[in-house]
Amino acid sequence: MIYLDNSATTSPYPEVLESFRKVSESYYGNPSSIHQFGGEAEKLLHKATKQAANLLKVDSSELIFTSGGTESNNLAIKGIALQHQNRGRHIITTQIEHPSVLEACQALESHGFDVTYLSVDAEGKIDMEQLKNEIRDDTILISVMHVNNELGTIQPIKQIADIVIKHPKLFFHVDHVQGLGKISLDFTHPGIHLCSMSSHKIHGLKGTGLLYIQSGTTLSPLLHGGGQQSSTRPGTENLAGIVAMVKAMRLTFEKQKHGYGHLIKLSDIIRNLLQKDDRIMINTPRDGAPHILNISVPKFKPEVVIHALGKKNIFISTKSACSSKHSDESAVLAACGLGMERTHYGLRISLSYQNTEEEVRQFCKEFKEVLDELNEVMR
Amino acid sequence: MDHIYLDHAATTPVHPEVVKEMVPVLEGIFGNPSSVHHYGRQARKILDQARSTIAHSIGANEKEIVFTSGGTEADNMALLGVARQEQHKGKHIITTSVEHHATLRTAEYLEKQGFEVTYLPVDKNGFISITDLENNLREDTILVSVMYVNNEVGSIQPIQDIGELLKEHQAYFHTDAVQAYGLLSIDVNQLGVDLLSTSAHKIYGPKGIGFLYVREGIQLEPTQYGGEQERKRRAGTENTAAVKGFQAAVELVNNEREGRNHQYNSFKTIFMQGLKEKGVSFTINGDSQHTVSSIINLSFPGTNVESLLTNFDLSGIAASSGSACTAGSVEPSHVLSAMYGSNDERTTNSIRFSFGIANDEEQVKTSAEKVADIVNRLTR
Repeated sequence: MIYLDNSATTSPYPEVLESFRKVSESYYGNPSSIHQFGGEAEKLLHKATKQAANLLKVDSSELIFTSGGTESNNLAIKGIALQHQNRGRHIITTQIEHPSVLEACQALESHGFDVTYLSVDAEGKIDMEQLKNEIRDDTILISVMHVNNELGTIQPIKQIADIVIKHPKLFFHVDHVQGLGKISLDFTHPGIHLCSMSSHKIHGLKGTGLLYIQSGTTLSPLLHGGGQQSSTRPGTENLAGIVAMVKAMRLTFEKQKHGYGHLIKLSDIIRNLLQKDDRIMINTPRDGAPHILNISVPKFKPEVVIHALGKKNIFISTKSACSSKHSDESAVLAACGLGMERTHYGLRISLSYQNTEEEVRQFCKEFKEVLDELNEVMR
Repeated sequence: MDHIYLDHAATTPVHPEVVKEMVPVLEGIFGNPSSVHHYGRQARKILDQARSTIAHSIGANEKEIVFTSGGTEADNMALLGVARQEQHKGKHIITTSVEHHATLRTAEYLEKQGFEVTYLPVDKNGFISITDLENNLREDTILVSVMYVNNEVGSIQPIQDIGELLKEHQAYFHTDAVQAYGLLSIDVNQLGVDLLSTSAHKIYGPKGIGFLYVREGIQLEPTQYGGEQERKRRAGTENTAAVKGFQAAVELVNNEREGRNHQYNSFKTIFMQGLKEKGVSFTINGDSQHTVSSIINLSFPGTNVESLLTNFDLSGIAASSGSACTAGSVEPSHVLSAMYGSNDERTTNSIRFSFGIANDEEQVKTSAEKVADIVNRLTR
């Protein structure tokens, strides 16, 4: 089996599973309970939060655990919008955000907010001048993803944050779901106010995510209830999931230190091998994140290719799993202004530190074979 | 010292069977259920099977189950979702003064957003009055939310009667069944409810998973947006392993519910018998009949909650003053205040004991003895 769909989800590390199991069995108390069982759970919760804070170089009080990246993005965007709407009702984001950002913004539009969707160039990059020009007196939030989930394009987060600090009324949210553990982000930058992360994209478990909220940034909660997590996110904490996420973060950050070069190497191998085939067009820019490679194979229906690869126990994807059911066209590639022959025939190969050189070489070989076979059929 | 856990209404240990069912999914079926390839389809299958088991457990169909991150999210989704979706029909909501904070705080939030909320009072046993509800129903009432079983005193509200009353009214009927699910037999059609919240970690499932039953045809404005998961009602990659764990917990309930109820009832009797034998003076908060088997809320005159809980904890008994979600600081219980008035001493001298499958008769006897000793010492 060669699994190259790590941007959809990853297989949990064995250590993560071990932590999850141990906490589920031994720390079942409700962290809000004041007895021994609750106290032990609460202590562990604090410890895990502190560890996560240390890894991200932020303060424990700045982290909120959520049910995942989608909730983190919704909490950040709707939370800021609703809390600060008296200061203005204009939001800036990009055309290529994850559906959880785009649809949260669209929901706000139906509630009277004004949203600017920045266009991107052929490589999926925003134009900093355009961004600057779109900032208005009533702009309260900019939301830009760090690494695009389909294309791997890295946005200039630091440059945006540098601009944001010149506008004291403006908040900046970064969707860091695809960047975490791969492309470093300086959480200590004063211009980054909010940042979303997800556990199951870094070999943690589904159902847990994080939202970094810079100290002093206030937002309106999505949910109401008990006083958990400073009332920003009520609900009994999923302690086992939280501990598992922090474990996954620690392991992934370790791998990032030593394995980043490995990812680049794998990415280069695929790029070089596929590039030689003139049926294949590579969409991901050279300076994109090394774990995502988006390609188009015009005339080859993506579903058919994926199915054929699946039979060979090789797994890649068309586009984001979250938008798999839409039409064939990739909204991200379309936003890049790529022609029909590319937007309708996009495929995504996404790597993890666990993938090997042999696997990607094998993939390239089998991929070309699949195209040859399909070519025969289509003829 | 062996600690005895008598706080199952706050949360329950994950059942070993549940862990056993989750592990293979965690290890082997990690695909994203939305992915079209083999791994995705494998995960999708797990979700479909669980949804079917869970739907059947309340007499619903699969399409009516929306998985959430837990009871709090399910309650929020019901209240916020109906309020925002139906506000053109009216802005009046009816709930009760003894709901869980997930409902109360959401209702208060809606008040700030221009909705009008009626909080029905309860009698000394914790029950609302149907006549009272009827009198408060208005043409512009869009939602009635009444919890099935109260989390502090265990009182079972007349859900079926409410469902009957609301049959001819436009208002949707939501019940927070977090404390009922697993103990009472639930059939949404028989009860006449439109929305029903549950949580897995109250029935020996994992934390971080629950569901909202949404009667077919009802539209809710989602609380979070994104992918098309859960029929566009709740975006976000599905928590496959937790869903599997929830299914396993539900299957255990299907087999064991009667046995559990029988056992907890006998625990209750043994526990109170133990207190009486030691001459402890106590009263039961709420009705002794229409309550769930697992929860007993007792008032110990002449004591106060904080010293009771501290002493219980030191002697290895884990109980609570009420909802864990209001704990941390021990505030007078809003439920007991609603039943007795906020100046009644029972609001500050009462303890909730909640039994579970991890308990045995010996533990219950031991805890009765320890509780009796502490109460007697404190009131001497």
